[in-house]
Parts: sequence; structure tokens; C-alpha cells
Amino acid sequence: MLPILFVLPFVQLLILSNAASFEVKNIRFSYIDQDHSKASRELISKFQASDYFNIVENFASKKEANLQMQKGKVDVILEIPNHFERNLLTDKKTNLSVSINAIDGAAAGIENVYISQIINSFNQKIRSQLYQYNDASYIQPQSIISIPSFWYNNTLNYKTLMVPGILVLLVTMISLFLSAMNIVREKEIGTLEQINVTPIRKHQFIIGKLFPFWVLGLVILTVGLLIAKLVFNIPILGNIGLIYLFTSIYLLVVLGIGLLVSNYTETQQQAMFIAWFFMVIFILMSGLFTPIESMPDWAQQITLFNPIRYFVEIIRMVMLKGATFSDITKPFSIIVFYAIIINSLAVWSYKKNN
Amino acid sequence: MSQEKIIAVKNLSKKFGNFIAVNDISFDVYKGEIFGFLGANGAGKTTAMKMLIGISKPTSGEAVVADFDVNFQAEMVKKNIGYMSQKFSMYDDLTIKENITFFGGIYGLSRNQIKEKTAQLISDLGLENELNKLVGDLPLGWKQKLSFSVALLHEPKIVFLDEPTGGVDPITRRQFWEMIYAEAHKGTTIFVTTHYMDEAEYCDRVSIMVEGKIEALESPKNLKQQYKVTSMNEVFLKLARNVE
Repeated sequence: MLPILFVLPFVQLLILSNAASFEVKNIRFSYIDQDHSKASRELISKFQASDYFNIVENFASKKEANLQMQKGKVDVILEIPNHFERNLLTDKKTNLSVSINAIDGAAAGIENVYISQIINSFNQKIRSQLYQYNDASYIQPQSIISIPSFWYNNTLNYKTLMVPGILVLLVTMISLFLSAMNIVREKEIGTLEQINVTPIRKHQFIIGKLFPFWVLGLVILTVGLLIAKLVFNIPILGNIGLIYLFTSIYLLVVLGIGLLVSNYTETQQQAMFIAWFFMVIFILMSGLFTPIESMPDWAQQITLFNPIRYFVEIIRMVMLKGATFSDITKPFSIIVFYAIIINSLAVWSYKKNN
Repeated sequence: MSQEKIIAVKNLSKKFGNFIAVNDISFDVYKGEIFGFLGANGAGKTTAMKMLIGISKPTSGEAVVADFDVNFQAEMVKKNIGYMSQKFSMYDDLTIKENITFFGGIYGLSRNQIKEKTAQLISDLGLENELNKLVGDLPLGWKQKLSFSVALLHEPKIVFLDEPTGGVDPITRRQFWEMIYAEAHKGTTIFVTTHYMDEAEYCDRVSIMVEGKIEALESPKNLKQQYKVTSMNEVFLKLARNVE
């Protein structure tokens, strides 16, 4: 069992961090070029040049294109109308039609941004050309170009965002499940009854039960941080001691929840079911996969009770931003507070007699 | 046998909802005796015993075990008793030595005491070669004997045995009862439940529980005379059948 305990999380870390990507790549791009002009070819070549798009088809008609979209063979259809170039030259404006498969709304949104960017840059270029050739007065094209700079993750590498988050998940899952199963297992075997007949004190028993998992959680954190650094080259800007300090308190919260679960259940199945229930809510509402800021207000309120939320927040802040203790005082004190509450509840609800 | 009470039970009851598992029982157990606690399955033996060992709170009534009240001083009761349950309840994934060390530690024995006790227990049971074997790998009979010895590690005043010989072969049962006798001889009170009526004959006194109440409490000899039969088996059948 011990090897499984160690190997699985790291397989997960390696696989998930590489797979769970927000980047949208290999977009299957198709177009209908009804203009066949220099301008239209130039536009299409811009899409060809992009890494994100794979040109799959050049459709002759809208009908055919729509059919392929129905079949799920293409993600994007760009339709360049007749007289595209002429309208640009004469009217200085024209229309393009873009159809995007939005079954995955998030991906469609990102695709839309990519496409707009490409069309925008095409626009810039064609405008300067048009003015040069045709405008007698020759006005220097005016445009505003914004140059974004991405702080704390300047290449927008999604792994930098995901690896710390997934590490949080692993530490949480293992310690929650193991602690939730542990005392219930003793109930099932019957050793708990034997323990209850001894004069052992409640806190002695609970510390004895939870301490090994606390250590295990920190070991998993350590190996995970090593993998983050060595395999994924994730920057660790802040003080690593701060991460450990936070994790050691955070683990108390998670282990306390596990203990509570095991106090109120009779079998390992029940414990597993309840532990999963919490785990799924905690994960989806942690800000790991979807930003908390974009949740509805009531959901944001709920996340305040989610310990994973604070861990994700803090590990990202410390690793990527180099946050110091004074930056994380608030989430830190919240976690300390939860640790006290949860563990008092757990000790209180563990009954040696009933 | 002295007449000093080591267990004094007065009007003890336990209800689960509407179901009355133990119905107003009263009895005393004297120091140094082997007290047989009999009853059919579901008669309330285990529930009653759980109240006496401090892991189940009485609904009403009181019980003093080894001079401590189970209602208010359950943890003190636990210090002074040993308990061996129906289910084998040592840690299967620890070795014999580790189990002894663990339970010795819980009862607050010093390192030296544990060492001494381990050596003595191992030689008594003849387990010299098995000391570092996992308890899970032992045959049931050995496990039960080991369990009994571990329940006695801290030299309790009373030891509670809940069907200690269930599923054990006749030879081991006999050895087990020899261990019980030896322990009783040292002055330890033995409180034992069993379904084997031959074992009931070995007890100094037996009580028979029927549907949450104690229907009889006497020495096996007196019981047989009273019911005019020759074996405890018949006594038991008569009592248990009466209620049906």
C-alpha cells in the first residue's frame, strides 16, 4: 500500500499538470473564400501562420461548411464574402462572418479572441496599405496598440498556474481520505472497541491517529514541490518555509474534517461517500479550475468556508508572486481559526462511550 | 471466596428507543469469583457488559465496578479492568511484541514493566519463536489466549471476557479455562459470558439473562437442584423456554 500511496499522486501530478490545460490549440479551422482576391488570401495565410489553427478545409459553399460543422469535423468557419477586397478599397469597410462551435463555451470564447486578434492585425496592415495607395491626402494611420505584460507568469504558462494547484489537491485528497477511513476501519475491525475500554485519553488517541497522516501530508508536499521545481521548472519565489508553515496548519483542518467524518459514519463506504461529497465541492469551488471572481456572489460566499480555496490562493501567491507572511496574514489566520474549530468539534464528537 | 463486593449493580437499565435491552437488573459480584453471565443471543448480555466496562451509558440505574461508578467515573473503571471481546481485537498488522508494547503503553506501564511482562507472557504461552510474527497470522486459539494475557497486562482487579472461547477447539478451550482458573487463583475476579454450558459448570456462580432481565443467579449446583435437572444445559433450556 505504501508505494501506491506515493506513486499515484505523482503520476497524477505529472499527467494532470500536462493535460489539464486552458490553452486551446489545434483549432480545426475552415474557410469559404468567395472573393479569391489578394486580400482574402492574405487573411487566410495569417491563419495558416498561426500555431493555434489547423486549416482543415476550404469549402466551396456555406451549405457544405455547415454540414461539416454539424458532423463535428470543424470548429471554426470563416466566410469571406464576394467583393471583400473591392469593398475594402471603395468603402473602406466590409464584413466577415465567423462561425464557432460553442458546445464548449469556454473554448469558443478563447477561439473568438484568437480570431479577433488575427483579424485585427490584418486590419491594421491592410489599412496602412489602403491609405498609402488610394488616399490622395495620405494620412498616417492612427491606431492604438496595447502591449500587455503579464505579471507573475509572463509567458502565460498554464502549468505555472496548475502545478501548485494540483499539488494542493493531492495533499488534500490523500490526507482527507486516509484520515476519514482510518478510525472507521477500526470500528469495522473491532479494535476501536478495545481501545475504548482502555483508559486512553481522547486527545492522545486522536493525536496518535492523525500524526502519521500529518507527516505523510508534509512528505507529499515535499516531493510535489521537488517535482514542480525539477520537472516543471515552476518558480518558487517566496519563502518555502512559509508554504510549510501554512500547510502544517492546513493539514490539521483537513485531518480534522476526516476525523469528523469518521466519527459520524459506521463503515468505510459511508465515510468514503461523505469524504467525496466534500472533496468535489471543495475542488470545484476552490478557484483551482475556475476563478472565484467569476462565480456568482452567493457561490463566492460559500468559497469562504472552503479550506482548499485558501491553500490554492496562498501557494500560488507564495510560489509565483513571492508573497511574504504579511501578505497572507488574513487567509492564514482564517485557516488557524478553522483548525481550532474543526478539531475541537472532532475531539468533542469522538465518544468513548454512548 | 470473600464476600467483598467488586461489582455492585442496582436497577440498571438500557433502552434503545422503545426497545429495552437491559431491564432493571441488580446483582453483585464478589472479589475473586468466576462469575458466569449467561443468556440466549439477544438477551442483553453484551449490552449489560458494555455498561459495566464503561463504553455504554446506562439509561438509568447505577453500577459500581472496582469501587468506581460507571456513570461518573467510567475512565477510572477502565483503569482497573481488563476486557476481551467476542471479536478478536488486537491489531492484526502488528507483531505480537508490538501489540503487547502498544497495549502496555496505553495502560501506562513503564518500559521495564512492559519488557518484564512480555518475557513472562511469552514464556507462559510458549510463543518464543512467534514473538515477531504478525498477530494476524496466528491461529484463532492462540490469538484468544494472547488476547486474554494482554487483557491482564496491567493486572486489573476484574477481567471481562465476552464469549472468549467462541469458535475455539476443545483442547484450546480447556487450556483457556486453565488460564482462567490460574488467574482467579491470584485473586482476579473473572466475569465471563459464554454459550457453552459445560463452561458454565466451571463458574462459581452463574446468572441467566432472559429478555433483558436476570431470571436466575446461583451456583451451578444449586441451580440444578432447584430445577431438578442434572446439567446446566437443561437449566438453561427450561429458563429460556419459559418465556417463549
